[in-house]
Amino acid sequence: MMSELLDRLVRDFAVTDITERPPAITTLKVSKENGERLIRELRDREGFTHLAFVACTDWIEDGLFRLIYMLHNYDSKQNLGVHIDIDRDNAEMTSIHTLWAQAWTYQRELREMYGINFPGSPRLEEDFCLEGWDDMPPMRRDFDTVKYSTERFGHREGRVSLEPRDHMQVQLYPTRGGDK
Amino acid sequence: MAPTTGHSAALDFAQPEPVDLSSGKYVKLWQGPQHPGITGNMSLELTLDGDTIIECKTHVGYLHRGFEKLMEQRSFIQNFTVVCRIAVPEPAFNEYLYAAALEAISGVESPVRAQWLRTLNLEMMRLASFLMWIGGQGGAFGQYTVANWTLTYRDYVLDLFEEMTGARIYHMYMVPGGVRAGLPAGFEQRILELMDNTDKLLDQIERVMYNNVVFKARAKGLGIIPPEMVDPYGVVGPNARGSGFTRDLRKDEPYLVYDQLDFDVISGSAGDAYERAYLRLQETRQSVNLIRQCIAGAPADGPFQADMPNMLHWKVPAGETYVKAECTRGEYGYYMVTDGTEIVRRVHVRGPSYTHAIAVMERIAVGTNIADIAGLMVSLHTYPPEIER
Repeated sequence: MMSELLDRLVRDFAVTDITERPPAITTLKVSKENGERLIRELRDREGFTHLAFVACTDWIEDGLFRLIYMLHNYDSKQNLGVHIDIDRDNAEMTSIHTLWAQAWTYQRELREMYGINFPGSPRLEEDFCLEGWDDMPPMRRDFDTVKYSTERFGHREGRVSLEPRDHMQVQLYPTRGGDK
Repeated sequence: MAPTTGHSAALDFAQPEPVDLSSGKYVKLWQGPQHPGITGNMSLELTLDGDTIIECKTHVGYLHRGFEKLMEQRSFIQNFTVVCRIAVPEPAFNEYLYAAALEAISGVESPVRAQWLRTLNLEMMRLASFLMWIGGQGGAFGQYTVANWTLTYRDYVLDLFEEMTGARIYHMYMVPGGVRAGLPAGFEQRILELMDNTDKLLDQIERVMYNNVVFKARAKGLGIIPPEMVDPYGVVGPNARGSGFTRDLRKDEPYLVYDQLDFDVISGSAGDAYERAYLRLQETRQSVNLIRQCIAGAPADGPFQADMPNMLHWKVPAGETYVKAECTRGEYGYYMVTDGTEIVRRVHVRGPSYTHAIAVMERIAVGTNIADIAGLMVSLHTYPPEIER
């Protein structure tokens, strides 16, 4: 059943990179242009009626954001992750807020945390977690948390910062001076 | 027969038109963000016409600690101190799913004994969380006696967690490859005694709270989730089962040893706050039963930890996975991407409250009396930390 579906998706939506991943998900990649149409098709015709989440991975070295839409078919128990790569410098994707009621919340979060635009998505400009945030979207990998913290909150007397990994090595191997 | 799909293209997802506050006919009121019980720090921006809610907007962010960002800067083993803090009343599901995601990507399989102990731990967690929830639901409708009873029993379960794991809340018991320890001497007898007493407690709670005319009057008909709303809004867990769906990941996509345990998926039909409350009471009883089964089935000896590499320098192969488990609120999931280094590339935590507390709440709160909004929040069993991560 799944292979028939995937063959059809390759033919009609030019999906690529079909990968089975343990424990039980299949991921595939589709172009930004075909993305919304594919997801709509999966929901309306293939029984993938559950949107578990929408997330993003920042592949800064490749200059792209990879969106993942995790869909589930309650009847066949299949999990399908749809990957859509978008340009990191012009991050924009078609909104799916008309397909699931919770989709606009995910899109609002992705806007805040990664700076991705979803034209037409409701309340996109409203703050989600970060009230009054005026810096780079913080989940981007080039957002430097230590620099932000130092600049925003300054140095406090008596505060010591330790590199967690080095600190743990000393903790675990004290007699060997944090032997690696 | 329960519906197999709740999707309806006819549902309108459009945002409501803004209310004209300058007309002087309406009042804006904030519920929260003070922690009103078990609903966590979030706030509802309510617009009232008299004492009826005509608009609701959920605001989160009061508990945002950047866990997902933090995980991208720590080694795999260090993240164990992070993940359990994502849901305070149910840290075990985070521990399990983080470990399960790492195991799926790296091809590690935990020993059979560890799988039984993990299942036992998760069911103890479910019991503790449901006990807390019952108290919260009672409290939201003025029944504080029940909350005192259930929180006492939750503490008894936490005592057993302390014996089993060394900690009461943040156990960090489930690690990649298995669990940190077996059961201490005499544990089985003590937990079985507690389960017998818990059964009696739940009977008392049913008589005192669920048969109470005030509770019935206030909870019946409150916050109805119609079946056609379930899939379009991503409703899962007891909130979906209360509306007639027989969906439970423990049955539908069994993990750990759930396929060896004897239980049925419990569902209701009315879809209101009372139905969900009664369903959770039944699931609490079911959890007690599953704990007994885990105690009977868990091997007394054998390895509880697979052979693992040095955790300080563990390079997990490049990969991607999504693992999920049925927590008290439904599908809880971890999406993980690794790139072959000693640090995780991306972890996304999928919590049921993400939709229950926002899209669902904003819709079903409309038309509710202001006096019932606290009860409705508890009825949806929302945990803001899993929204904000």
